[in-house]
Amino acid sequence: MRNARRTPALLAGAAIVALIAAAALLSFVFTPFDPLQVNAPARLQGPSLQHWLGTDNLGRDLLSRILVGARITLLVGVVSVGIAVLIGTPVGIWAGMKRGAVEELTMRGADILLAFPALLLAIMFAAIYGASTVSAMAAIGLASVPGFARVARAGTLQVMNAEYVLAARAAAQRPVRIAARHVLPNITGMLLIQCSVTFALAVLAEAALSFLGLGTPPPVPSWGRMLQESQQYWGTFPAMAIWPGLAIALAVMGFNLLGDGLRDWLDPKLGRGKA
Amino acid sequence: MSEGHEFHGEPLLRVENLGIAAGSTPLVSELSFSMAAGERIGLIGESGSGKSLTATALLGLLPEELALTGSAHLRGFAPELFTAGDKAMRGLRGDEISMVFQEPLSALNPLMKVGAQVAEVMLVHRTVPTRAAAQRRAVELLASVKIPDPAQAAGAYPHQLSGGQRQRVMIAMALANDPQLLLADEPTTALDVTVQSQVLELISAQVRERGTGLLFITHDLAVVANMCTRVLVLNKGRLVESGDIDTIFTAPAHPYTRALLAASDISATDARGRLFTVDTAAGYVPPALRTEVAKEPAAGAPERSVRPAGDGLITATNLGRTYHRARIRAFGPRPVVKALDGVGFSIAAGERVGIVGESGSGKTTLLRILAGLDAPSTGSAVVAGTEVAGASEADLAPLRRQLQIVFQDPMGSLDPRMKVADIIAEPLLVPGHKLDARGREAAVHRMLGLVGLEPESASRYPHQFSGGQRQRISIARALVNRPSILVADEPVSALDVSVRAQVLNLIADLVDEYALTLLMVSHDLSVVRHLCDRVIVMKDGRIVETGDTEQIYNNPAHPYTAQLVASSLELAEELAPNP
Amino acid sequence: MLVRIAGNLARFVLSLLAATLAVFALMRVLPGDPAAIAAGENATPEVVAGLARQFGTDRPLPVQYWDWFSGLWRGDFGVSYVTRTDISPLVADKVQVSLILVTLAMALALALAIPAGTIAAVRHNRPSGAVISAASQLGIAIPGFLLGIVLVSFFALRLGWLPANGWVAPGVDFAGFASRLVLPVIALAGVQSAILVRYVRSAVLEVMHEDYLRTARAKGLSPLGALVRHGLRNAAIPVLTVTSVQFSALIIGAVVIERVFVIPGLGSMLLSAVANRDLLTVQSVVMVLVALTLVVNLLVDVLYTIVDPRIRAAAQGER
Repeated sequence: MRNARRTPALLAGAAIVALIAAAALLSFVFTPFDPLQVNAPARLQGPSLQHWLGTDNLGRDLLSRILVGARITLLVGVVSVGIAVLIGTPVGIWAGMKRGAVEELTMRGADILLAFPALLLAIMFAAIYGASTVSAMAAIGLASVPGFARVARAGTLQVMNAEYVLAARAAAQRPVRIAARHVLPNITGMLLIQCSVTFALAVLAEAALSFLGLGTPPPVPSWGRMLQESQQYWGTFPAMAIWPGLAIALAVMGFNLLGDGLRDWLDPKLGRGKA
Repeated sequence: MSEGHEFHGEPLLRVENLGIAAGSTPLVSELSFSMAAGERIGLIGESGSGKSLTATALLGLLPEELALTGSAHLRGFAPELFTAGDKAMRGLRGDEISMVFQEPLSALNPLMKVGAQVAEVMLVHRTVPTRAAAQRRAVELLASVKIPDPAQAAGAYPHQLSGGQRQRVMIAMALANDPQLLLADEPTTALDVTVQSQVLELISAQVRERGTGLLFITHDLAVVANMCTRVLVLNKGRLVESGDIDTIFTAPAHPYTRALLAASDISATDARGRLFTVDTAAGYVPPALRTEVAKEPAAGAPERSVRPAGDGLITATNLGRTYHRARIRAFGPRPVVKALDGVGFSIAAGERVGIVGESGSGKTTLLRILAGLDAPSTGSAVVAGTEVAGASEADLAPLRRQLQIVFQDPMGSLDPRMKVADIIAEPLLVPGHKLDARGREAAVHRMLGLVGLEPESASRYPHQFSGGQRQRISIARALVNRPSILVADEPVSALDVSVRAQVLNLIADLVDEYALTLLMVSHDLSVVRHLCDRVIVMKDGRIVETGDTEQIYNNPAHPYTAQLVASSLELAEELAPNP
Repeated sequence: MLVRIAGNLARFVLSLLAATLAVFALMRVLPGDPAAIAAGENATPEVVAGLARQFGTDRPLPVQYWDWFSGLWRGDFGVSYVTRTDISPLVADKVQVSLILVTLAMALALALAIPAGTIAAVRHNRPSGAVISAASQLGIAIPGFLLGIVLVSFFALRLGWLPANGWVAPGVDFAGFASRLVLPVIALAGVQSAILVRYVRSAVLEVMHEDYLRTARAKGLSPLGALVRHGLRNAAIPVLTVTSVQFSALIIGAVVIERVFVIPGLGSMLLSAVANRDLLTVQSVVMVLVALTLVVNLLVDVLYTIVDPRIRAAAQGER
């Protein structure tokens, strides 16, 4: 039934994500050039055998910078999704199992936090603590908590209303055991999808933040910052914007496809006409 | 009962070699039948028999993925139905052929007033000149299907009507343009018994009055016997038998028909006092042929040697449970719904008690309170020595060892991500339980054998089992801890008839073997009558009557009980020789 | 129905209150004394104390909160610690610019997404539906500022059809105003419509499988007629939810787009305040952005109540 071949989105998404992860890992051991090496005579070159993607306004190798830039993208994504999962999931499950005032309070809290999108929170953090990778990760992670709390709560409510949970309660199972044995396994799929979607949003937020100059400070290359540095050359040398732009779009698409693929793959209803 | 076939000439509907397939899997094959004008034909079969697909195909609304072969002709309509094309079929739908669906709530547009929905079918076919005339006619139609205050009902949204009223709206809509053919797909399955009988009566009266041909699709043989003159029996997409009601139900020629009949007839039991199943159907005698002598001992629960003794194992006093609804006025009090109201009774050890009532009667709430899964708002319930009211989870520990529960939905009551072995062993995994892993494994295997499942089942997942097998797994889980009380919430109502009999037999056997006290909730009076010694009848959160099963059925004291008994269609009564 | 709307309003007011607390806590309590920040790293304690007295930040935090909050109530955000100018008139000015941008972008996104999503759903197993789905999948991956860069490079800098950036008030030069608006609105609306297409498509697909649509077909309505008469209003309900969520994304997206197109809206104001560490201005702009989001949520909640009769009489059983 669950045949990965029936969900091309899953394969495509996984392939793109793997490619980006491979690029980031590769950059630790090998890059064609030093991504920070300024080389004025070689500035604003188009693609060549030496510089596959060309060079930027300071003569730095674009391919090397793109490869290294993948690190920041993945780092921010992994840490902020991690923060959101670790805080949001237990809160959501707790709210869904406790019900009553606990649920009402946590969900209202989540609603209010939802009025602060990741980028806005990150800008606030940058204003307070200065621009840094850590404050970006913290802000994006925190802003993604309500998403996980809501998904976890909705899934928990569904599971808690199922008769197998009533049966477990009738069999004197403790709440913690019910959460571990029944709730968590049954909402893992939804959480995985949420991870994937949140990761894509984190990539976007990080890129926008770097573009605004409020992300990881230079000289560390990041895709958003490369876009910002290209601003003066949009009309004359668009390659400087195209490559990091493509990298961002590819990463976002990869995680979105992964999420869609997981959704199709995990959907028990799927079996009739594939949309 | 039968009006005979006084119709001559061209049939109303002629279906030849109907075949429906999903890819290479046939869903319906070689189905041929014809219907005379005004004839009422029942199409019966269990889930997956292809009966609903057949009706959908006649309307030309099969999903595109399914392949349709064969032909169908409707009188007065030149093109063949299956190849006519959507445009031509649109002219027929709602005008010459119309349909009533199973679930009236989802079949009506939730955002549109019901009067407008009825008027629409006339406006589409221009059978009324103006919108205003359509509205007027809609109100008349709502009146003709006996909806109280039809003018006001026309302005209501579907969620504001009761289930029975919604189905009446669907019927009004289907009959608005006086169709030649009415397709009814399980139109009363989602309704309460008392409502079911009224709706059936309505359909019956309307089609007779208008001379409409009726194709009535159902799994319920008693309903067919009540509604139709002729039956088509479908099994796995094939027509196994067809003929007059009287012939089919007295002298079924095909073994499947006989099995279906035997399993549906809960009033009939074999020599051991067990219900007939597919395997034992050969010994079944259809009710019309049964002599009075043969009938008596067969009816009701078999006599048991052990009579209940002692005082209440379960005692409820003045139990109440209220829910709050959202406010209607900004600062007014929140409206209160009384799900249970002053309920009191006592059940002795070894008794088998059935709680009967319609939806909203509070029977499930009562069961959950007794099982310690919901807390009463008022009153007290002592179950096996444990007070349930105000009890903490720790207080309930003794109750949890004594009482286990079996639910209605055999899919929803098993965790899809757990193996059967883990599901059955779950009640053994409580703190302080002595059994080790090997002991649990042995217990699981013993239980699997007891409920008639293969030992290999232990390592499979719930979705790999059929509905009846899943219900067996639920029962195994409920009994693994050797409880003394078994409560069952509609344990067979989601199952096909042939499986229903097997599961009921299993429950009866295990209740005997384990000397259980059984408390079962059901909307189906015949199931309760078969299994229980005593009945509690509930309505609107209150107990209206309680007493011995046979006394309640034969001589109900409360008018509501009388209505309930009269409304419930039992195969034996429907088929009994006409008085 | 009025009860329901009153409830929505009450929730809005509570959320707004909670948001002011959250913003105050984040911006005013966490970072430390704004006076010290404004005075600079080498300032003497006396200078800092003088500034603190001047700003009023030497008072207890609850008093400061009340002061700020009651100011908000009157539409007074206070005086910037850095530029020493009144913040309110600036905000009032910029909020108009941002609102024009965001509202137009949302309108364009919806105008594109509703028909495209419906077509994608109706033709979900035909090539045209697949093309729309693929295009939206692609569109979602291109962030607004990236699309903006592409649009500027091509249409403004290469072809010279439209101005690359800037802003002119509509009263001054309407043609100039409109021509400068085209690219940023498209850049903002692009991603949004791609996202909305997906939701419209799945909402319509869902509705197409509903029993009442089958009933409508059984009445003799054509597939399209059934969908239009019975499906779209039902499909609008989940789309409304997404629209309200996406509006907040749009408001924050506009901040970045304003940077790309050098538009003097709230976003530019926010970013320059961040650059100057002008925390009170940051705090004010953030509050306005959050309040806008909450207002849109309120409007959508009220719309729900009007569209869906079931919500009007919702009976929330506490189970």
